Amino acid sequence: MLNETYLLLIPLLPLAGFVLLGLFGRKYFNSAKREAGIIGTLLLLTSAVLALYTAYEYFFEIGKVDGIYQKIIPFQFTWLEFSHGVSINMGAVIDPISVMMMVVITFVSLMVHIYSLGYMKGEERFSTYYSFLGLFTFSMLGLVMSSNIFQIYIFWELVGISSFLLIGFYYQKPSAVAACKKAFIVTRFADLGFLIGILILSFYSGTLDFHTLIERLTLPESSQFQNAVSSSFLGISALTWGVVLVFMGGAGKSAMLPFHIWLPDAMEGPTPVSALIHAATMVVAGVYLVARLFPAFALSAPGALELVAYVGALSALFAAIIACTQTDIKRVLAFSTISQIGFMMFALGVSNYDNGGLLGHSNLGYTASMFHLFTHAMFKALLFLGAGSVIHFMHSNEMKDMGGLRKHLPVTHITFLIACLAISGIPPFAGFFSKEEILLAASQNNLVVYGIGLITSGLTAFYMFRLYFSIFWSKAPSPHENVHGEGGFAMSLPLILLAIGATFAGFIPFGNFVSADGKPLETLFHWQFSVLPVVLGFAGIFTAMWMYKKENNLPDKMATSLGRFYKVAFHKFYFDELYEFITKKIIFNLIGKPAAWIDRNVVNGLVNATGNSTETLSGKIKGIQSGRVQQYAVYFLVATILVAVLFIYWWK
Amino acid sequence: MFTPGLYHILFISTALFFIGIYGFFTRRNLITVLMSVELVLNSVNLNFIAFNKYLWAGKLDGLFFTIFVIAIAAAEAAVAIAIIINLYRSHESIDVEKAGEMKF
Repeated sequence: MLNETYLLLIPLLPLAGFVLLGLFGRKYFNSAKREAGIIGTLLLLTSAVLALYTAYEYFFEIGKVDGIYQKIIPFQFTWLEFSHGVSINMGAVIDPISVMMMVVITFVSLMVHIYSLGYMKGEERFSTYYSFLGLFTFSMLGLVMSSNIFQIYIFWELVGISSFLLIGFYYQKPSAVAACKKAFIVTRFADLGFLIGILILSFYSGTLDFHTLIERLTLPESSQFQNAVSSSFLGISALTWGVVLVFMGGAGKSAMLPFHIWLPDAMEGPTPVSALIHAATMVVAGVYLVARLFPAFALSAPGALELVAYVGALSALFAAIIACTQTDIKRVLAFSTISQIGFMMFALGVSNYDNGGLLGHSNLGYTASMFHLFTHAMFKALLFLGAGSVIHFMHSNEMKDMGGLRKHLPVTHITFLIACLAISGIPPFAGFFSKEEILLAASQNNLVVYGIGLITSGLTAFYMFRLYFSIFWSKAPSPHENVHGEGGFAMSLPLILLAIGATFAGFIPFGNFVSADGKPLETLFHWQFSVLPVVLGFAGIFTAMWMYKKENNLPDKMATSLGRFYKVAFHKFYFDELYEFITKKIIFNLIGKPAAWIDRNVVNGLVNATGNSTETLSGKIKGIQSGRVQQYAVYFLVATILVAVLFIYWWK
Repeated sequence: MFTPGLYHILFISTALFFIGIYGFFTRRNLITVLMSVELVLNSVNLNFIAFNKYLWAGKLDGLFFTIFVIAIAAAEAAVAIAIIINLYRSHESIDVEKAGEMKF
């Protein structure tokens, strides 16, 4: 059996780091010696080792019973009971995806902690930064371990707040402040859907516990299931509404269309934070949520699952197109993140619960999605940290300022190249395997989605190598004055470790460990199938090489020949402007202003009228209290006589 | 010989009562006001005694009430004089009109 003490330590150690560094960090720890960072890193190192140990224990020792990976709940206690059976429990659930996520989170977070020792050196709020990182890691671990749908919601919001804090870390910068507010509000709006979804699902299933909820809502013979399916709203069953609204929350956190607008702006935060939160861990929480409720999607609401597939595929395509036109390197990476999460989403969308079920489709998509989540965390964190090194070196985010950096930043150059190859799906790097699985799953189920996926993977290769060539080749290596190297060992070690991950993670037989129903999934490797995506990937790379390896006017020519389309893509399909129009013109004018008028005139008016009339009245009658005792005696006498008269003549 | 009946006594007590009330309202000197209060109380005492004697001659309730009222009046006088002394100390006067600060 798993020992719950050390399992609890995994999320609690980062929390301890948050409390310790948050309360005492600035006062007692020397920021020049980076003591706070070292403490945070050591705590997280312990956490990561424990997570790896848990993964080993689970996958190889105790997890498997009769060839199926079990869901283990090592501990659980009732935190808040609403009525019998409906309670918010705090517990941990150990199953393949949560263990996998724990490893990913602690590993990437550890890398970011180490990297930040170099990157954030000399920052005034160094220990605050580390305490926020601890808070984030704690909440994210809590999120993936949640055994209760309300518990996941609590941690979901905690993750949101730590993301908010870290995006707005440079709070002197107005753009960072605007970005953190935007991220918070957009995701909060999506979370409204999530909350309503939770309420619908728990209302129909009569429980908040994941396991029971899924069980009740997927068995066709259960009364809760029949109830949820038979009651409908706008012609769609309540169950479908519930899971769609939950997916809305997931789409908000994962920056899917149409909630993707916050993620590019979130790049205002420190780059290691972007690597941790806005690339590798938090933004995949939406994917994780769908995976957690996957049986409910797949067995009870196939319509919702189709929605997931199309939203994912469209997000992937749109984001990839936008990424080709951006010039800020972190924004390119942000759009690439949206695109890759789109891949994970549609992989879930085209999956089935068990193998060979409905119409003979397999559940390969689920495994593929989780696999891609795993490999993506490696190479995307690597890309961001690489970009961080470049920014650290150049003090600029703009692609146009860069070029020829391969001489100055050899380690960054090699690791960045590995990550680019991985994300482009070139064998034998990690991205190749997971992307092939996703495309294979899509081709078995939905050819439209498959087509979009193919185009997107070609585009991915193009924009990643556009980035790569613009940074490291393009111009002749300029004699850069400000040479302070790559930031030392602390910054290159995570790059190297992640590069190893991005190279070899693909060889893990992922299907053996993670699948929708817990049974090992045989992932066959069809090399004939892989030819097309790989050829597309190489095509993208060579196009990028042709256009960007040497400085020339081809990109400009291309941009002018595409004309209006290029402009639209450059402006991110005017989504920001659309939102601005809706909020400023429609919501502010039609709802905000009348509401403000009512508040000023009706609500305030009532309160003021009460106050004013009381004041006038009291002004009129205050003369009664004259301070002359004998006058009071007269009032008293008159009143007594009146009462006496009353008693005598009316009482009787 | 003229023996006073109930009505005579009630007449006197009513006269005493209203003299007391009048003094209470019009006098400015607090000692006089206190004396007026005593007049009112004593008119009530007279009533008690008179009703007891003429209507329920065998009972003692009226007498007891009178004794109570006298006792209370003594206590009241003590308190009132203490207040008057304090007022004199703070205002250098025992005129009720001078102590008019407790107003709106």
